[in-house]
Amino acid sequence: MTSLAIRQRAVPLWAVVVLGGAAWLIAWFVNLPAADWLAYDALRLDRGSHLGDAVAFFLYDSPKVLLLLAGVVTLVSFLRSFVSPNRVRRALAGRGVLPGTAAAAAFGIVTPFCSCSAVPLFIGFVEAGVPLGVTFAFLVASPMVNEVALVLLWGLFGPWVALAYMSAGLAVAVVAGLVIGRLGLERYVEDYVWKIRAGSAIGEVRTTLEERAREAWRSTVDIVRRVFPFVLAGIAVGALIHGYVPTELVVAAGGRDNPLAVPALVVLGVPLYSNAAGTIPIVEALLGKGLPLGSALAFMMAVTALSVPELVILRRVMKPRLIATFVAVVASGILLVGYGFNLFVV
Amino acid sequence: MRLIEVLGSGCQKCRYVEQIVREVVTAGGIEADVQHVTDVAEIAARGILATPGLAIDGQVVAAGRIPTREQVAAWLDLA
Repeated sequence: MTSLAIRQRAVPLWAVVVLGGAAWLIAWFVNLPAADWLAYDALRLDRGSHLGDAVAFFLYDSPKVLLLLAGVVTLVSFLRSFVSPNRVRRALAGRGVLPGTAAAAAFGIVTPFCSCSAVPLFIGFVEAGVPLGVTFAFLVASPMVNEVALVLLWGLFGPWVALAYMSAGLAVAVVAGLVIGRLGLERYVEDYVWKIRAGSAIGEVRTTLEERAREAWRSTVDIVRRVFPFVLAGIAVGALIHGYVPTELVVAAGGRDNPLAVPALVVLGVPLYSNAAGTIPIVEALLGKGLPLGSALAFMMAVTALSVPELVILRRVMKPRLIATFVAVVASGILLVGYGFNLFVV
Repeated sequence: MRLIEVLGSGCQKCRYVEQIVREVVTAGGIEADVQHVTDVAEIAARGILATPGLAIDGQVVAAGRIPTREQVAAWLDLA
């Protein structure tokens, strides 16, 4: 493991980075021929058969997604060590409604956030005087639009899909923030939240480049280990779809002609608890089978932005009415994105 | 006697931090009271926005990440 190399002081940081980068590039380019050879030559599966295509897809996609994930998460974790939630909070407090909401959604892309931190984060923001709508814009954007999702989308479908997803996600977050801010729902935040007076934050000193790099690698190992099962499960489902589900079925059930496709995919997505990394292989297979982009994006947004475990966690700081509003507003936004893309983007 | 508090809602990472702390305490042979604070209001009141957090003798030393054993040892003046 590279982590061992980093721990040895004898090897300088740049050497580890260069060697790691080279190994990554080689693996990236060897992947497709290796997967083809394994599936069609070593395992003697027929090209074009259901099983052959499903196996080849799985063998090719698992390393590809994991490579992308490892590479990008390492880079972003490193850059991210310069942005802390505390800085974001300070930047957001005392801003106007529209600039604050937009900034919160944008910060959501780069800020580390997992649903287990949702509650302290929510309390911290509200307590610092960040308006409720702005806080929600952040809560919506953060899990939905993140670097993992964007780079996987970019790598698998090209820049346009990634940019479309990012703009749509930011739009949903900003609109949801503005609507919730306008509704004046402060009384549906649990009462104790308003009574908390947070102490001063910590003054951490860790600035050396090597420490940031080591920290980045450690969180990469952690994140990849955590999302690995989701990704493999996602790819397995994707491979089954790729090999066995007939294109006509996907087009008929999820295509533009079925007006209920988008809401059905959103409803399907909410109880599925996964992150962007696990959802993308499924979306990849469905897109390949002719699912329109809007429906695919809506499904992915529903899976990442609305999840039952996160709602359960948020219940500790929000009364049911506020949670219901949150779900309704975000779900409507996602529906609009789905229909919008299906109608206006070919 | 040192007071060490792991602040987290019981997620995987928070349990990992507690494990690291206990290992360092045992290895360093010091007397310490290791507690796991799971009350979200309490965590937020400490100024922690991202879990897991770690406080030593009431002072928050890390938040939103898993510290290394060496760092924990240094905070406990064991290094």
